[in-house]
Amino acid sequence: MSAIHIENLVKTYGAVRALDGLSLDVEAGSIFGFLGPNGAGKTTTIRILTGLAHASGGRATVAGVEIGHNGALARRIGYLPEEPAFYGWMSAQEFLEYIGQLFGLGAATRRKHAEELLKKVGLWDVRKRRIRGFSRGMRQRLGIAQALVNQPEVLFLDEPASALDPAGRRDVLELIAGLRGQCTVFMSTHILADVERVCDTVGIIHKGRMVRVARQEELTSAYALPVFRVEVTANGGPSLTEWVERIRQQPLIEQAQVDGNAVRIRVRDVENARGWLLHALAESGLAVERFEAVKPSLEEVFLNLVNEEAGS
Amino acid sequence: MNLFWAAFSKELREQWRTYRLLVTVSVLSLFGLLSPLLAYFTPQILGAVPGAEAIGELIPPPTVMDAIGQYIKNLSQFAILFAILLPMGAVSNEKERGTAALVLSKPLPRGAFLMAKAAAFGLVFALSLLIAGLAGYYYTGLLFEYPRFDLWLAMNGLIWLYAMVYVGLTLLFSTLSRSQALAAGLSFAVLLGLGVASISEKVAVYLPAQLINWGGMLFIQPEASYWGSLWISAAMLAGSLLAAWLIFRRQEL
Repeated sequence: MSAIHIENLVKTYGAVRALDGLSLDVEAGSIFGFLGPNGAGKTTTIRILTGLAHASGGRATVAGVEIGHNGALARRIGYLPEEPAFYGWMSAQEFLEYIGQLFGLGAATRRKHAEELLKKVGLWDVRKRRIRGFSRGMRQRLGIAQALVNQPEVLFLDEPASALDPAGRRDVLELIAGLRGQCTVFMSTHILADVERVCDTVGIIHKGRMVRVARQEELTSAYALPVFRVEVTANGGPSLTEWVERIRQQPLIEQAQVDGNAVRIRVRDVENARGWLLHALAESGLAVERFEAVKPSLEEVFLNLVNEEAGS
Repeated sequence: MNLFWAAFSKELREQWRTYRLLVTVSVLSLFGLLSPLLAYFTPQILGAVPGAEAIGELIPPPTVMDAIGQYIKNLSQFAILFAILLPMGAVSNEKERGTAALVLSKPLPRGAFLMAKAAAFGLVFALSLLIAGLAGYYYTGLLFEYPRFDLWLAMNGLIWLYAMVYVGLTLLFSTLSRSQALAAGLSFAVLLGLGVASISEKVAVYLPAQLINWGGMLFIQPEASYWGSLWISAAMLAGSLLAAWLIFRRQEL
């Protein structure tokens, strides 16, 4: 069963269609990367799914509950806004206990949850300090902690690491990766490296529409480049340049470029070229150190998809 | 109900920790205490001013009614000021900063969020007027004579309701707008508008400000009553909170 099911979601602001028939299914237990350029409709989608905004059309369920501002939905989800805001006069522990109170947890349970979460997000030592004095990174970690107070089935994270420094980003992404299997994580971002690092599945949104949803490896395979890279060891054996000159004559090879001890070979037919190249390398007598199909980065896939969408 | 109490206790802690409760109690208590003192000592103060001794002699000896008049005038003015200044950012600031979106993504109903604020302000004003009232009562009795305690209590109750009308209105305007300045401006505009409307005596007896007149009249004509003003004030308070809830439940955060 899908943890999140969205059908034809539409959101209009006057003449602007922020969401234009968005449909999506997110598998339970996955870490879903909701990827899109600024203004694509990521935050709007999350606000609708968390009950903070109303859809103009379509329907959606989260953890089996119809969206809208209702207690049943709120009990099942956790939400971290892009810039989480807190009551500055409260301490971190006090805030988490207050959130626990809003979930109807008893005093002992909410204290226990708060203490566990403070340790988990690395805020134990500052638990009694007023939030007003917290840095951006500390606020983000507290934001994640408050989103986990109710042990949610679905956790919505809106750009959780975008505004953080490298160390803060690493910590937050490690925290998110640590949630794998505990709940479904729906994470919006425009930073591709973050998605590559933690997400199983990726959905690309552009101008309010889903462009593509796939597992990360499927996506990069689907957009695989017809390029192989061979790296050899310089050991006084046959010359790499000579071998490259020979293979350039083959109809399967479109282009071959030598770069030191490596060669980048663009081919015409990936499957046939793979077998042929391996055979040719075995016969060449070159000391091959590495042979790999060059995978596109998520960034290349993303830009391809967005450009295709813009062109269509 | 548990969620209301959770939000209510948070609001009270906020009033305490941000010193709003302390400031409101202190200012209202100070004026509660000063009112009978001012009434008592004004002729002496004026008489002590060089060259103005004659004015001091012209002023008739102050009575308990002067102390009560001074008290009700000072307290109602400051209560209204605080009734607009305290809640002006209660909702708009939370929407603007994002704390409303964060806590309302939890199972806290929007009605409980709003009512907790209204109830907390109600308690802050009740506590402030209680302390101010006791201080004013004590000094009035000490310097003049003790007025009837039940009437004194009723007078403070009327000031409380008068202030709460503006708490309700300001909460409504704070819900409507994202700016606390606009919320306060709208409340002051209503205050001014009702002041203009009260030029007509027929209308004035039904307006919230009549509660203050009624408070003063309690000690002169205890049988005089302005129930129309009381019911309209209560309806304005309830109507403002209801409208705030109806608007807030449809608002996007």
